[in-house]
Amino acid sequence: MIKAILIFSNQGKPWLSKFYQPYSEDTQQQIIGETFHLVSKRDENVCNFLEGGLLIGRSDNKLIYRHYATLYFVFYVDSSESELGIFDLIQVFVETLDKCFENVCELDLIFHVDKVHNILVEMVMGGMVLETNMNEIVTQIDTQNKLEKSEYLIPHFDNHDRE
Amino acid sequence: MALKMVKGSIDRMFDKNLQDLVRGIRNHKEDEAKYISQCIDEIKQELKQDNIAVKANAVCKLTYLQMLGYDISWAAFNIIEVMSASKFTFKRIGYLAASQSFHEGTDVIMLTTNQIRKDLSSPSQYDTGVALTGLSCFVTPDLARDLANDIMTLMSHTKPYIRKKAVLIMYKVFLKYPESLRPAFPRLKEKLEDPDPGVQSAAVNVICELARRNPKNYLSLAPLFFKLMTSSTNNWVLIKIIKLFGALTPLEPRLGKKLIEPLTNLIHSTSAMSLLYECVNTVIAVLISLSSGMPNHSASIQLCVQKLRILIEDSDQNLKYLGLLAMSKILKTHPKSVQSHKDLILQCLDDKDESIRLRALDLLYGMVSKKNLMEIVKKLMTHVDKAEGTTYRDELLTKIIDICSQSNYQHITNFEWYISILVELTRLEGTRHGHLIAAQMLDVAIRVKAIRKFAVSQMSTLLDNAHLVASSTQRNGICEVLYAAAWICGEFSEHLQEPQHTLEAMLRPKVTTLPGHIQAVYVQNVVKLYASILQQKEQAADMEEAQAVTQLMVDRLPQFVQSADLEVQERASCILQLVKHVQKLQAKAVPVAEEVSALFAGELNPVAPKAQKKVPVPEGLDLDAWINEPLSDSESEDEKPKAMFHEEEQRQAKHRLPEVDEEELARRREARKQEQANNPFYIKSSPSPQKRYQDTPGVEHIPVVQIDLSVPLKVPGLPLSDQYVRLEEERRHRQRLEKDKRRKKRRDKEKKGKRRHSSLPTESDEDIAPAQQVDIVTEEMPENALPSDEDDKDPNDPYRALDIDLDKPLADSEKLPVQKHRNAENAKSPEKEDVPVVEKKSKKPKKKEKKHKEKEREKEKKKEKERKKPSKHKKKHKKEREERPKDKKRSRKKLPGSEEAPGEPVQNGALEEGPLPPMSSYSLLAENSYIKMTYGVQGSLQDSQVTVSIILENRSSSVLKSMELSVLDSLNTRMARPEGSSVHDGVPVPFQLPPGVSNEAQFVFTVQSIVMAQKLKGTLSFIAKDDEGATHEKLDFKLHFSCSSYLTTTPCYSDAFAKLLESGDLSMSSIRVDGISMSFQNLLTKICFHHHFSVVERVDSCASMYSRSVQGHHVCLLVKRGENSVSVDGKCSDATLLSNVLEEMKATLATC
Repeated sequence: MIKAILIFSNQGKPWLSKFYQPYSEDTQQQIIGETFHLVSKRDENVCNFLEGGLLIGRSDNKLIYRHYATLYFVFYVDSSESELGIFDLIQVFVETLDKCFENVCELDLIFHVDKVHNILVEMVMGGMVLETNMNEIVTQIDTQNKLEKSEYLIPHFDNHDRE
Repeated sequence: MALKMVKGSIDRMFDKNLQDLVRGIRNHKEDEAKYISQCIDEIKQELKQDNIAVKANAVCKLTYLQMLGYDISWAAFNIIEVMSASKFTFKRIGYLAASQSFHEGTDVIMLTTNQIRKDLSSPSQYDTGVALTGLSCFVTPDLARDLANDIMTLMSHTKPYIRKKAVLIMYKVFLKYPESLRPAFPRLKEKLEDPDPGVQSAAVNVICELARRNPKNYLSLAPLFFKLMTSSTNNWVLIKIIKLFGALTPLEPRLGKKLIEPLTNLIHSTSAMSLLYECVNTVIAVLISLSSGMPNHSASIQLCVQKLRILIEDSDQNLKYLGLLAMSKILKTHPKSVQSHKDLILQCLDDKDESIRLRALDLLYGMVSKKNLMEIVKKLMTHVDKAEGTTYRDELLTKIIDICSQSNYQHITNFEWYISILVELTRLEGTRHGHLIAAQMLDVAIRVKAIRKFAVSQMSTLLDNAHLVASSTQRNGICEVLYAAAWICGEFSEHLQEPQHTLEAMLRPKVTTLPGHIQAVYVQNVVKLYASILQQKEQAADMEEAQAVTQLMVDRLPQFVQSADLEVQERASCILQLVKHVQKLQAKAVPVAEEVSALFAGELNPVAPKAQKKVPVPEGLDLDAWINEPLSDSESEDEKPKAMFHEEEQRQAKHRLPEVDEEELARRREARKQEQANNPFYIKSSPSPQKRYQDTPGVEHIPVVQIDLSVPLKVPGLPLSDQYVRLEEERRHRQRLEKDKRRKKRRDKEKKGKRRHSSLPTESDEDIAPAQQVDIVTEEMPENALPSDEDDKDPNDPYRALDIDLDKPLADSEKLPVQKHRNAENAKSPEKEDVPVVEKKSKKPKKKEKKHKEKEREKEKKKEKERKKPSKHKKKHKKEREERPKDKKRSRKKLPGSEEAPGEPVQNGALEEGPLPPMSSYSLLAENSYIKMTYGVQGSLQDSQVTVSIILENRSSSVLKSMELSVLDSLNTRMARPEGSSVHDGVPVPFQLPPGVSNEAQFVFTVQSIVMAQKLKGTLSFIAKDDEGATHEKLDFKLHFSCSSYLTTTPCYSDAFAKLLESGDLSMSSIRVDGISMSFQNLLTKICFHHHFSVVERVDSCASMYSRSVQGHHVCLLVKRGENSVSVDGKCSDATLLSNVLEEMKATLATC
């Protein structure tokens, strides 16, 4: 199971947080802070798996992260996930973002956290990996975006919505 | 209205959207909090508006703020409003917000049930998808219970997009509502072979997650997974399956043997590192499970170790890390194979990456030997000095202690060295593991008798420098060692060089700043020390000194009497009084030392931690009975400092027990002494290891002298452990020399033709003689200790609820709660445009109609395991299964209407008896060239209703749709129809049937009188559509409601049963059937199955049975088996019902 997915900047600013276990807002911030603290002090060429930390206090949890230029992508997982598998999944996630945003950059993530969530939702659901095939993910995202657009183009104020 | 609309649009134009909010926050770096609180006010305004678009926009912004740490629970209701918007755009925003902020404590969450149900059955797959995703994040036990059935239906949705989501979310549903696992499991299992890889992967995912927690329940799936493993090409799925096998193999070693080959092939063939790694991991798990002597697997071990070495040597740190991780698993069972890579692992200890160092540390644990322990620990000690983070340093500390203390200090040859290491570790700042070090000091001092003198001298120095250890609050954890130091100095005070000095050190005012429990130990041990000093002084006839010591005690103890800690205060008060008394006696020149030391006479022995628990209660001993009349005052015992110490009493008690063979022991002891005396390498512990140490040539004197206060971080006066490494080397060198000499001597002697001693130990170089007499006292266990080990399972484990036997047939009570027709119609009526009523669709998972014998199951299981026959069943449709009684697929489903109370003889007995013919409660209703209908009737205790389950099987090549079932109601029996429809209307069947497919529909009937069997005429109308066009078709049928179908299986206890019979309200009737060849057991099973009875009691060939009608009639039976005949006596509250039931039963029995 994936316990949490975080994206934050080199300065520790969260651009996306997704927790698959309920935590209070304060704890969430604490986890983000601690994760940043753990990850940011690591050199570039050390391994991408970590133990220890607030969320991973329990014995079989691990932190798997990737650092892309100005962004950290962090996945908290338990022992049922394959480390290298999740490591690859982060790559799939980033490539999917790249396709959906067309050359993704940090600003895209900053201003469109909702869209990032919508993409993530097609990959991971309730802490379990839903889909790893990038093309399939992109197709679903595109269709949903079209659906959204069609709703904008025909703005009808039906009574139900106005209630 | 129009004006309102325009106003709404204008408002929206001026609203901030998410991007504006983000930009705003970035532009207000200085007063971010203020800006955000402003925005929240705006959002609150927006939420008050009617326009859903404005609301959605506001909720979207809230979701962002939630991520920044703002509590948005106050907007929960608005979020639900947005969730229920009809547009996908808004709905998605709502569900996202809900998934980020809702949790089990959100009170409005219960309002979402109907909305979610509606979305789940929405015609748009994306509405359904969004609802499923959202639900996966905030599902509660209530939601899980209410929606389990809807989600289960979606598992068979036509779109794989929905199917995979529905499958995945089932795991969350199981967690929150474990009762749903059994009913849903068969369908979940089906999805393992779904044509869509995504759905398949999701099913694998869920089952792996389930199996990981309770692997034994999923062993029967192993053949299926094995098939998947050999056929799948999806690495994700493969990894999951292989991981699952890793969890299953410890339970089923035969599976492991099967796995080795395909896994080895994968290891050789795959290019994906992730897959390779998981394969290696599972092979290791297999090897561990097979570890007991399987020589032919050494090749596999070699392969794994080799592959892992490649990983560890890789420049990719991730692979290095994982390689070490997997290596540590091999270490447990095959340490030899790992030890050969020691060089590599030591190298990793110097890696710049902490994760890698930690992993290497784990490995070291298994690699130490007597030979290299000092060297390795020395290396670790330098790491301790260099370590930056406390976490890593604490990890190092525990590892050092683990390594040294493992298997009873097996690898330690020089305990002086170990004590010095422990003392050095006390210099660690801010460690949390002070108590660990303390425990080690105590353990070593108590169990290694020869080291006590040295330990005491070190501890007294430590006490002397207590201010260093306990100086700053930051180093609090480490002051625990003072606890050990004080206790050791007190308990073994006879070894102290300068007891008076230590006494003074322990009575310093600074001591009162220590934690209470440590002070308490101080106080207690001060007296021990005092007693031994008194003894010394009195023996030397130095009365003046003795009095001076007493005076010191009287002066200093009051500081403890004032302690806020009860324990300290109490002990100090007692002792102060004692010392004052001694003072009085001393004034009269009475010798007191003997008596004072008598307080602490006797030795403490280490006792195994579980010893107390394992003392068996002697037979005939009643621990609750008074031995004497209770005393008015109960005596209170002194608290013992730790469980590991035990009172003299027990020790003596043990000694009083008869020895096995006193003579034999004495003889052995003598022989051992002889051997030791003759062994030149045996270094005797007495008289003083300290002195011997100092006498050894080339050894530096250990200075136990002045304190250098200017260097606070080092405990002065203590030897550095490094010295010992050098010493040890020298010692070993000497040993070697001597050994050579001895060998030579021996050879000389042998030349002379005479061996000195036959049992002279021949030592290999590996066997390094210890420096001290390592007299490790083993922990005491009581005689006749019970070898019971407690179950360490955590009762609060959330996954325990999912430990459910999946092979047991499904019982009525387990069915998922389903909305009743009427409710469904109610919910539906306001919105006619809604698609078919999903709620009605297959009320429960497809039923299995056969009872399989347990024995057959076992056999099949074995067969499947051995894979003699690849299981080739395809789950086309259940009809097929019904017709194939020997279907390999085991029934997991409840036989309709035959629930048996758990543990009843029917089920158990069935194991011993001959095979039972397959039974089905489904009988043919009607058939024609298009369709075949079979049906089963089941009573439910609510509202005198019966449910008719009809399986419709499409036999044609056309698609059957618009199916409608109309029944001609009788006065007595009516079909439950949607509200508002007339008695002549039919009830639509909630599905279509493609060619060759079958599905099940359920219809509810209300019955007024149940004492007679009923027949209802009805018609099924449908449209058959094929390439050539569509035709309207009809099929007439007669529904037969037997009296047995009004009975429901209800367990009954024998005492209640007896009362019922005695009550005398029941009328009686009996039948007798001849020519029965079936075994009694099978007969009972048949009655239970077809007539819904349960066995109350069974004695030989006689059984009492019970059932209850949907209207509450009691039906009691006494079934007797004669030779070739069966007689049934029945008693029932209604005579007509009874005679009808018995008639039906007669018909059943006649076929036996």
